[in-house]
Amino acid sequence: MLLKLLLGIWMVAVIVAAFLFAPPAQGFAEPEAARIIFFHVPLAMVAALAFVIAMVYAAKYLSRRDLMDDIKSSISAELGLVFAILATATGSLFARVQWGSWWNWDPRETSIVILMLVYAAYFALRAATESAEKRAALSAVYAILALPPMILLIFVVPRVMASLHPSDTLTSGGLSTQYRLVLYPAALGFLGLYVWLFKIKTALAEVRLKLGRY
Amino acid sequence: MLAATRFKPSSTESPAHSTAPPGPTEMLRRSAAVFQKDVTCEFRTRYAVNAIALFAITTLFAVSFAVGGAGISQTVQSSLLWIIIYFSGMSGLSRAFVREEEARTASALRLAAAPGAVFGGKLLFNLVLLAGLEAVTVPLFVGMMGLQVSGWPLFVSVLALGSAGLAVAATIVAAIVSRANAKGALFAVLSFPILLPLLIGAIHGTQAALESAKFSAGMQDVKLLVSYTGVMFIVSILVFKFVWED
Amino acid sequence: MISLELRQVSKSFGARQVFSGISASIESGCLAVTGHNGSGKSTLLRIIAGLLAPSSGQVVLTDGGRQSPVEQRRDLTGMVAPDLALYDELSAIENLRFFARVRGLKKTNDELRAPLVRLGLEGRENDRLGSYSSGMRQRVKYAFALMHNPAVLLLDEPSTNLDEAGIRAIGSIIEEQKRRGIVVLATNHPSELAYGDHVLELGA
Repeated sequence: MLLKLLLGIWMVAVIVAAFLFAPPAQGFAEPEAARIIFFHVPLAMVAALAFVIAMVYAAKYLSRRDLMDDIKSSISAELGLVFAILATATGSLFARVQWGSWWNWDPRETSIVILMLVYAAYFALRAATESAEKRAALSAVYAILALPPMILLIFVVPRVMASLHPSDTLTSGGLSTQYRLVLYPAALGFLGLYVWLFKIKTALAEVRLKLGRY
Repeated sequence: MLAATRFKPSSTESPAHSTAPPGPTEMLRRSAAVFQKDVTCEFRTRYAVNAIALFAITTLFAVSFAVGGAGISQTVQSSLLWIIIYFSGMSGLSRAFVREEEARTASALRLAAAPGAVFGGKLLFNLVLLAGLEAVTVPLFVGMMGLQVSGWPLFVSVLALGSAGLAVAATIVAAIVSRANAKGALFAVLSFPILLPLLIGAIHGTQAALESAKFSAGMQDVKLLVSYTGVMFIVSILVFKFVWED
Repeated sequence: MISLELRQVSKSFGARQVFSGISASIESGCLAVTGHNGSGKSTLLRIIAGLLAPSSGQVVLTDGGRQSPVEQRRDLTGMVAPDLALYDELSAIENLRFFARVRGLKKTNDELRAPLVRLGLEGRENDRLGSYSSGMRQRVKYAFALMHNPAVLLLDEPSTNLDEAGIRAIGSIIEEQKRRGIVVLATNHPSELAYGDHVLELGA
């Protein structure tokens, strides 16, 4: 309850600050429109973090064989997918304004698409497996298998493909202190949002599991 | 006392009871047994070979008719080559595991073979299957598309490393898919995101081999392929028993 | 000296519990498992074989006073079950040769042939299993289950598809195994239950 209340206030403050406190970002084609960064970047960060958490619970399931771990893993993946879709949508909007096209296949865009593909494949696998234990084991293994390719995609492939893609605007543009003062709290807010949703869904799933409806 | 003497033979007749777990060479020998069994079964039914060969030839001809060979860039050429290899592989590389489940022989295999031997055997089988596929399609592709390869050593290395990585990832994903209920479409769906970095590296490296005679032109791609294959191999070995056992 | 002990073994699939708190112990001879369809006889045998992990509880196999780890279960148990198939594309001999190699056993052709002859398959051992009748396949499964002289022989519906001669052949196999080690038998046939020194009834 307290978390929900705090979170509500915090997020409102972040939204207000994003539009009123932060100055227009220099170094962008449309400095005013760059405010979307306050939502886009945290969403993408939480999407990636949610995947790592899903993977940690997957590994935990394999070592302890507790179905609750599997459920938490899938909840984190579900939330991660939502965050990834929102990050992609906001990113695409931003790309249209800044670079003139909705989609450019720059390394960041490529990796978030792959992240969504991994999530989609993960849920396709879960849907295709009937027995709860087998579903848990198979999807856990898949989540673990998907991690090394993700790391290669995010850190190695952009270097190999550097000649084909434009350099990253965000890191080269630089951010002012005022910008950081809004961006980090925003990231914290979205993280809180993830934690809050995760807790609600976990509690619900726990009840379902006890009732034998899972 | 009588009972005790009767029990004795059972432990001396079967030394397997008391020996330590099999070492690396023994594991390799057992993997070879699984591989040989799969080759014999495949030779007698030709499920995977037929699927892969027909798919490869069909796409190869379709691509060749459509673009005619001349006038396409080296980027497109190398992409097409790997698209053909990838999708042909997707049509047949899951057979090795799916067949065990469909013919309900998986339980017997689980009862008799260590998981490592099963994974090793299936991986060897997929490697050989993929190598056979490429031995036919790659020369055909080079001929029909009029491919000008500048650096053969790089071209062959990228092909070999790319196939090794493809076989490793496809084998572990096939193991997962064979345990799920809907097997058909799932294989390509699950494989693609996992294989993407490999495909990017392989396409980029092949393109480098077409453009440049120097091996160093594709060094980064070779490194990417080597690390991908190595990491996926180790992770697969570690997680395979969770997939294979109930 | 081999002994098999089930300690409070339970198994559930998802929310459905198959059985719970099964305890039994046997040092030699035959344990007959009985119970209505769906009571979990096959599941229990698969758990003993190490094919399935119990949801809770333990299966303890003690070999010469030493508890053997689950990884060794493969070498200590042999199993015949209706849902366990061998390779149709291979002949009986090729099947056995493959399973011997994968177990790390060195067997000559004669050693591989002997059990098939005993099970009445002489003359057909080089035919592919695909051409076998279901009773003949059942016989080959016995050769598969016994090739490594397992301490524990697990038989699920042992006489499925067998004729008179086949039933006699497995009768002598069961008697022999009872002297050498342990037989665990899942069945509802009164004639097969008679082999049991102890009877464990599931779902009662």
